Amino acid sequence: MELVYGHPKSLKPIQTKYCPGCGHGVIHRLISEVIDEMGLQTRSIITNPVGCSIWADLYFDFDSVQPAHGRTPAAATGVKRMLPDHLVICYQGDGDLAAIGTAEIIHAANRGEKFTTIFVNNAIYGMTGGQMAPTTLVGQKATTAPEGRDPGTAGMGYPIKVCELLATLEGTRYLARGAVNNPVNVRKTKKYIRNAFEAQMRGEGFTMVEVLSQCPTNWSMKPAESVEWLEQNMIPFYPLGEIKNTLASVEGAGAIGASGAIGMPGAIGVPGAAVGTVAAGKE
Amino acid sequence: MSEEKRLMKGNEAIAESAIRAGCKAYFGYPITPQNELIAYMAKHLLARGRIFIQAESEVAAINMVYGAAATGARAMTSSSSPGVSLKQEGISYLCGADLPCVVVNVARSGPGLGGISPSQGDYFQSTRGGGHGDYHTIVLAPKNVQESADLTYEAFAISEKWRIPVLILADGLIGQMMEGVTLPPEIDIESLPRKPWAVGHQADTGRAINHVTSINLVPAELEAANIARYERYGRAARELTRYEEIGVEDADLVFVAYGTSARVCQGAMEAAAAQGIKLGLFRPISLWPFPYDRLSELARRGKRFLAVEMSMGQMVEDVRLAVNGAAKVDFYGRCGGVIPSEEEVLAEARRLLGR
Repeated sequence: MELVYGHPKSLKPIQTKYCPGCGHGVIHRLISEVIDEMGLQTRSIITNPVGCSIWADLYFDFDSVQPAHGRTPAAATGVKRMLPDHLVICYQGDGDLAAIGTAEIIHAANRGEKFTTIFVNNAIYGMTGGQMAPTTLVGQKATTAPEGRDPGTAGMGYPIKVCELLATLEGTRYLARGAVNNPVNVRKTKKYIRNAFEAQMRGEGFTMVEVLSQCPTNWSMKPAESVEWLEQNMIPFYPLGEIKNTLASVEGAGAIGASGAIGMPGAIGVPGAAVGTVAAGKE
Repeated sequence: MSEEKRLMKGNEAIAESAIRAGCKAYFGYPITPQNELIAYMAKHLLARGRIFIQAESEVAAINMVYGAAATGARAMTSSSSPGVSLKQEGISYLCGADLPCVVVNVARSGPGLGGISPSQGDYFQSTRGGGHGDYHTIVLAPKNVQESADLTYEAFAISEKWRIPVLILADGLIGQMMEGVTLPPEIDIESLPRKPWAVGHQADTGRAINHVTSINLVPAELEAANIARYERYGRAARELTRYEEIGVEDADLVFVAYGTSARVCQGAMEAAAAQGIKLGLFRPISLWPFPYDRLSELARRGKRFLAVEMSMGQMVEDVRLAVNGAAKVDFYGRCGGVIPSEEEVLAEARRLLGR
């Protein structure tokens, strides 16, 4: 009898510490499935962030390195430069990547470092208990934004669109944004991860898959409400799809070429505008 | 490449020696007075097909070292005082994960931005860990270009053996001055053994997965790990404690000084000898482990000491710890980038001796 579906070899068969409804478990599984399909379990190394997914080393069944908060892309640079024939995955949350580690991600992307960043964006700090993240939506409540994120009087700034920010850098070759709030989005996200990993193993430039993920605990919602909240609130602001694809040989290549608009004033600021439109056609 | 004699700056000698020691990857950020080092690495590592990255910051550079070291490769970074402060976070993580590496500090004066002239104001930071948590790095302090090359060359093997980062603590004078140096032979990088604790190459070995980390949220387990690390520090200290003594046996007063200060003291000793005054020099080469036992022994034999530093008085605290009240310890220091002259050091020694 042929086994058509089972537990991925690259993921240990144990229960995770993640809260009910958390997206990390699904994202771990997608990464593991792709690694298994590519036959890379014994040639994969993951650098884990500081945040809830600091526990990732307990679950992935391959080598891992735990750097300091936000320094993950720098450490992944060191690992990948030493082991260019390995699959190196830089797993980061929104605090790790878009706040404390902003310099590290921008410069790793700009150098075209040949590892893949999996950027889990749940618009909140999870492990420390629900503080405002750089990607927290305007008006979204957090312990450090008790009345909601207020870019005006309180000067809390605006949510950062990381894919669009990095798309302007020449070192980036593949930037996609998926979500894990429903089966359709999960399947698309897996495809993006596969594209990114394949590009990495071909030695193309910087690749990243941003994954919109739910955090019911710190959003103060039931899991079922959180996947709906993500759909209604996050996706309109963070459009899904391949935000940039200049890979040499993959379906959808040339996405950024069509969106020369990315460099044009105004094009990027509006959700679903130029960048999103390009992406939509490539899903 | 075999052994070879050249005229080089200290910064260049450190770089060349590191390359010959098998340094596979260097990550750095420009800062005066060590810019010759990063430029030398760029030119010569890239020419050999090894890894050189000018990082976006010292913080990134030390974390690139962390990643490279996690694969078992010989990795290095260098900077000067303000930059080394930025690296402390990464050094703490390297120590917590028991990763070997070499960090070079061509020190300048502080605090803050301070100045770019030589200083020994980083002694506390270097010998007390420097970052958060219980740990030490091995600290080696050269006094000239030759010793800079020799200690850097050795540092990689020492660091790997003990799985403790090695800090080379030079200063702007040693980094900038030119002297003749005999360079060690080049190690074949491919001959270095693969590390059983490193990540990567699991497919070739069939070993269990490796996880490089410093985290442990179970207090009893973390305590046990720290205790085990300190037992290793104890063994390393017994093997690595190094010092140089000149004219100590019959000296009326013994200078205690390292690096550039020790050279100044040596000049003062020669001038004193011409005046019939017997001065000695005790020069710690390993600042951690500090040669407490030997200084204690000299104190019990009735020696008195004058610690000379380019700081407001940092190493002198270790001298007093070693002596533990058994001998008189005085201090003479200049700071802010001022290097004490032989004349003023000699004058201080004569004043203390009443001669």
